[in-house]
Amino acid sequence: MLDRLQTLGHIGLEGLSALGRSGSLLAHALIARPQPMVMFPLLLKQIYFVGVLSLVIILVSGTFIGMVLGLQGYTILVSYGSEQAVGQMVALSLVRELGPVVTALLFAGRAGSALTAEIGLMKATEQLSSMEMIGVDPYRRIIAPRFWAGFICLPILAAIFSTVGVWGGALVSIDWLGIYEGSFWANMQHSVDFYDDVLNGLIKSVVFGFVVTWVAVYQGYDCVPTSEGISQATTRTVVYASLWVLGLDFILTALMFGDF
Amino acid sequence: MRTRVVEISVGGFMLTGILALILLALNVSGLKVSDSGSSYRVLARFENIGGLAPRAKVTLSGVQIGQVRSISIDERLLMAVVELDINSSVNYLSRDSSAQILTAGLLGEQYIGITPGAEDEMLEDGDVLENTQSALVLENLVSKFLFNKVSE
Amino acid sequence: MENIEDFTINISNLSFSRGERSIFRDLNMQIPRGKITAIMGPSGTGKTTLLKLIGGQLLPDAGRIELEGDNIPTLSRADLFEVRSRMGMLFQSGALFTDMTVFENVAFPLRVHTDLPQDMIRDVVLMKLQAVGLRGAQGLMPSELSGGMARRVALARAIVLDPHIVMYDEPFTGQDPIAMGVLVNLIRRLSEALGHTSIIVSHDIQETLGIADYIFLVSGGSVIASGTPAELRADESEQVKQFMHGLPDGPVAFHFPAGDYQAELMKGL
Repeated sequence: MLDRLQTLGHIGLEGLSALGRSGSLLAHALIARPQPMVMFPLLLKQIYFVGVLSLVIILVSGTFIGMVLGLQGYTILVSYGSEQAVGQMVALSLVRELGPVVTALLFAGRAGSALTAEIGLMKATEQLSSMEMIGVDPYRRIIAPRFWAGFICLPILAAIFSTVGVWGGALVSIDWLGIYEGSFWANMQHSVDFYDDVLNGLIKSVVFGFVVTWVAVYQGYDCVPTSEGISQATTRTVVYASLWVLGLDFILTALMFGDF
Repeated sequence: MRTRVVEISVGGFMLTGILALILLALNVSGLKVSDSGSSYRVLARFENIGGLAPRAKVTLSGVQIGQVRSISIDERLLMAVVELDINSSVNYLSRDSSAQILTAGLLGEQYIGITPGAEDEMLEDGDVLENTQSALVLENLVSKFLFNKVSE
Repeated sequence: MENIEDFTINISNLSFSRGERSIFRDLNMQIPRGKITAIMGPSGTGKTTLLKLIGGQLLPDAGRIELEGDNIPTLSRADLFEVRSRMGMLFQSGALFTDMTVFENVAFPLRVHTDLPQDMIRDVVLMKLQAVGLRGAQGLMPSELSGGMARRVALARAIVLDPHIVMYDEPFTGQDPIAMGVLVNLIRRLSEALGHTSIIVSHDIQETLGIADYIFLVSGGSVIASGTPAELRADESEQVKQFMHGLPDGPVAFHFPAGDYQAELMKGL
């Protein structure tokens, strides 16, 4: 019994100290005195790695998810005689939920794990230490550009995901299932509101970008600098980031679309 | 050379993102750039609005000419008050026009249909539509039908 | 010890522990200016930790580490970065930045700490690369270098700012005899030519004895012997003898502490 209590206390303390370390990492990265001339090329490079290279997976999965939504929506709605509403269903589910959430999950798998592995490897090969010894703050040079890149890229990727998803849905509904094009778009435009739906979805993806990159960068920086430690940290990034995204999604949805 | 590729692709990436957002705004959510100021507001009182919701269409002969802005209760008359935003270009509705709550399809969404009247004076901002016809409520119809059957 | 007056680094009463484990207890060490000082000892005695303490990457529990008048543990982050520009450190793995070419790696400290024009940076970098014999490799990426070459590039990077102190963390580990010879030669030549203070952490006895002017033998958290290579060779104490001559058994036991051998065998499962 006492042993269990001790284990619980141990886990609690570990969690608290991890929270503290990650918070201090975040503070350091954000407060790090900005040096635009140094920072900008680094940021550009990270946006390339984190954003541009994630584009293919986002485009492909966005299109397919939109198409699936179109098909599924049609088969359900047609039994109520309101298959015209498939456009609004596709658009609302993409813009509000699937766009931000699925993009964040894919992003955690594609870019988050790569960030963790890269930073972890830098730590294992003493690159972070040697940078410190040269007199360069790794928070500013390594962590901050990666953090901002993730923060910037996820909303962009989510917007692209939703757009190609709607396009995929339109492709299936209009060209294959023969829904009248006018009512497809009119229904969609009538029920999707820019501020309530599109902007709220964007806010969600900003929050997710923040959390996913934070988890990824922290796991990389805090990992045990061995090959085993790095692989564990990479796994943890994907698992923790996904859990955070799903949990936060519920809270954000409740705040944005719930009636309180 | 390598930096050039990176910079160009990042630029393209950002541009794609902005384009996607614009598409979402204009094409998906139907955001009008010059939306405000180009409509006038008309009130309509209904006995029962059924399932009417804000942002529902307002149509004239089936063509959308505006949308429902808000729905509230008139505490004195105990009736629903619906605020309608009607496009300014539609300035040929006479004051005695009537509003009707209609349903798209059997179970579809509800919207407002305007039927023009015959007066010379036109509707202006803040006017109230007096002639209204409430939503058809299925339960009422059914009970009426049964009542008639019984009384026969 | 008495004949050396001029110290670059003065460590006094240093204590450091990791969790429950105490690594240094009341360590005292004075490192002479302009000489090559070696810190030797068995694996796991925290020699690398000592370098990290000097570099300010770790904070001691107690004690002072004075470097040219600055007490490292009490410096602010900004001052620490300034002090570090006077230190060069060669890491065990080289620690080259994998996303930069050899040239950019060596140029990195210059770009960060100076406002030199491009052509001057280029000249300095080429000079340093020439000094380590790798001017021809300037366009390669670190992944294309052999271990010995990577360490030489790292050495060029460590000395590019003409530091007052250069620290070498296990420079000879895992090198083939030729690369090792090259490195030994380089460390001595650079030290003589540039006049900086060198600190070598190593357990490769022969190479280290060959180039060090002064040696500290660290074991069990404190200095157990110090002196010139000749003095240490002649030292009669058991611990020093075991380490200097690489004897398999002695005060540092061959066996990890265990119960009675026979008893454990007989006990069965």
